Amino acid sequence: MDMSIAKASVVAAETAPAGPVMKVIAEDVDVFYGDKHALKSVSIGVPERSVTAFIGPSGCGKSTFLRCINRMNDTIAGCRVIGSVTIDGQDIYDPSLDVVELRARVGMVFQKPNPFPKTIFENVAYGPRIHGLARSKVELEEIVMTSLGKAGLLEEVKDRLTEPGTGLSGGQQQRLCIARAIAVSPDVILMDEPCSSLDPIATARIEELIDELRANYTIIIVTHSMQQAARVSQTTAFFHLGILVEQGSTSQIFTNPHDRRTQDYITGRFG
Amino acid sequence: MTDVAAPGIFDTSPAAKRRIAKRYRAEVRLRLAGIGAIAFAFCFLVLLITDILTKAWPGFTENELTLEVPVSAETLGLGPNPDQAQIAGADFMAPIRQLLVSYFPGAADDRRSRTRLFQIISRGGADPLRDRIVADPSLIGTTVKVPVYLNDDADYFYKGYVTPIRTTASAGSATPSGTSGTITLTSTAQDFLPVLTGAGALRDATLPLTDKAPSRLVSINGGVLKATEVSADRISGEVLIPLTSTSMAAPGDWKILTLEQPQGDRKMSDREVVWLLALKDKGFVSSGISWRFLSSGDSREAELAGIKGALVGSALTMLITLLLSLPIGVGAAIYLEEFAPKNRFVDVIEVNINNLAAVPSIVFGLLGLAVFLGFFGLPRSAPLVGGLVLALLVLPTIIIASRAALNAVPPSIREAALGVGASHQQAVLHHVLPLAMPGIFTGTIIGMAHALGETAPLLLIGMVAFIVDTPTSATSAATVLPVQVFLWSDLPEIGFRAKTSMAIIVLLVFLFAMNGLAIFLRSRFEKRW
Repeated sequence: MDMSIAKASVVAAETAPAGPVMKVIAEDVDVFYGDKHALKSVSIGVPERSVTAFIGPSGCGKSTFLRCINRMNDTIAGCRVIGSVTIDGQDIYDPSLDVVELRARVGMVFQKPNPFPKTIFENVAYGPRIHGLARSKVELEEIVMTSLGKAGLLEEVKDRLTEPGTGLSGGQQQRLCIARAIAVSPDVILMDEPCSSLDPIATARIEELIDELRANYTIIIVTHSMQQAARVSQTTAFFHLGILVEQGSTSQIFTNPHDRRTQDYITGRFG
Repeated sequence: MTDVAAPGIFDTSPAAKRRIAKRYRAEVRLRLAGIGAIAFAFCFLVLLITDILTKAWPGFTENELTLEVPVSAETLGLGPNPDQAQIAGADFMAPIRQLLVSYFPGAADDRRSRTRLFQIISRGGADPLRDRIVADPSLIGTTVKVPVYLNDDADYFYKGYVTPIRTTASAGSATPSGTSGTITLTSTAQDFLPVLTGAGALRDATLPLTDKAPSRLVSINGGVLKATEVSADRISGEVLIPLTSTSMAAPGDWKILTLEQPQGDRKMSDREVVWLLALKDKGFVSSGISWRFLSSGDSREAELAGIKGALVGSALTMLITLLLSLPIGVGAAIYLEEFAPKNRFVDVIEVNINNLAAVPSIVFGLLGLAVFLGFFGLPRSAPLVGGLVLALLVLPTIIIASRAALNAVPPSIREAALGVGASHQQAVLHHVLPLAMPGIFTGTIIGMAHALGETAPLLLIGMVAFIVDTPTSATSAATVLPVQVFLWSDLPEIGFRAKTSMAIIVLLVFLFAMNGLAIFLRSRFEKRW
């Protein structure tokens, strides 16, 4: 255990900007879908309270890696994860760890907004309710209102909390999903291409929101758009064909990439 | 061929035109085939419904007598101060029979005709009288106006099913030669000529009438004469109801009745027809909707038989079937779909569930007989056992439909729930299951409709018995609607024929009500995602 922490800090010191504490540390992670080797030996440190972007062409494994962090890959039959992923030093693949609790600590926002077919209030209240985060109805309402406020949705929906969540526009639905994720007070929020099905204005609002949220949460965002990664993130990691090619501060990756493949990708030679 | 219209983009060559025409023809053929299929099915549906309705039609109304019955203690066979039990056990048919004999004194002469006369009244025909007297014993010694139920043969006579009756007006004046026995009736006109010409006889012949010819009756001077020999202006025959006098009756004061159906071809004799016509003429016969069908249990007498016992039996059995099959079926579907490990053993279970859905229903009856009745010793013919057997029958259908419904819920909902930190069980129960409800309800409707109409397995567990009382609990003896239909369809009395079809209608209404309720519940659950 001591060795891996030491090794992790060495890795962090070498690749990440100096100073920030690493929230999520992955070491030699391999992922197999049956016989297909989807991720090869990925080692990365994700700094806390900042936005880290995973970029790369389609099929490079960035979403797969993202799903390792909240163990959503467990639900896929035939998927095997080898290696170590720790959050705050705790190995999340430890068999004695409760996966359900993990997913309350590590929230997820999906590519296509998927609010529950329930009322807006119920959407946000569901998580706190099942985790017992509110001791009374009043507390629960408070949590819902605060989460909606943090997600920038409260003003728009405060008069219609009993309407179905599916009746909102695409951008609003995605912000509802973010509010839902925030409501259980996670430490890490994973976002899998959250804006890819939204129009530019809704996208801009979500990017603003992400910027506000990074003060309190560690955010990892998978994105197809390099411009978005450049706008929104402080750290960027480039994946290609299942390998983590390069990671570093966003400005460094985009202005002075070390690896030839990274350069080819960001200049648009492929992908 | 050159085209003047259609610029640029469309290919207007003859080959293109032929392709398009061919495509249109194919579409028209498909549409016609679809319409044809629906029309074909619809025709059979219309045929079925028409058949059921026409057969049930006579049963919707029933005739009954309303008589003023003098009730005295002697006639009832009671002593001077009878107690409640004695009153309830008295012979209430006796006053009614006495009344009938008073209307038709000639009938009391021989035993056979007395029996025939009393047969007009149903075996349970005295029940309203009994109920009135038992409720108010002070009526003993008075005359009570009360409904008296008719036998199904009498009821159907009044509905016109025994024989068509034609009345011919009289042209001449008629003089009877006597008031009872065998008499001769002479008319001043040739009133009886049509009978001769109708039979192909000569105008001046004397035609003997047999049971193979339509019966000719003459109603005159308050009595009725049945012709055994006919000439153009006179008949001779047997008096069925004594005349009041031998005086001449003017034209219009007497009439000729023809019973088109020969006596030899029907069950009811001319005497009984005449008695029934007389009762009607006296104004005692009234017709009403047969509500008794819904409030009585089964009976050996067709006119008294009702559907209530079978209806309650079916309702109890369906309730038990639902309470057993729905939770077990949905639970099994959830387990197999969400929680079961994917291995060979589970595969084998799945295959066998699909096979069970195709097993003939009578096999479930055998199973019920051997296990529930034989091994567990549960009571025969009880809704509990019927419900158990039908639950087994319906379970595979519900499991298969529920699994399909669960499968159809988009994985995004599941992922969203898991993403927010719900356990697999919470995700399934709180999110997936409510969304799968419409599909589960559809499967339940199909299963329950199937179970409602099942007869064979229930016959094997003993629900074929003749049950008169309405079942009061899940363990009392009962029968169900389809079995009742089966039992009644076998019985010869005319009253049961219409009742069989009426029972089918009740079965269908029950089915629609059940389905309607389920569809209503399903629509409450329907959500968009």
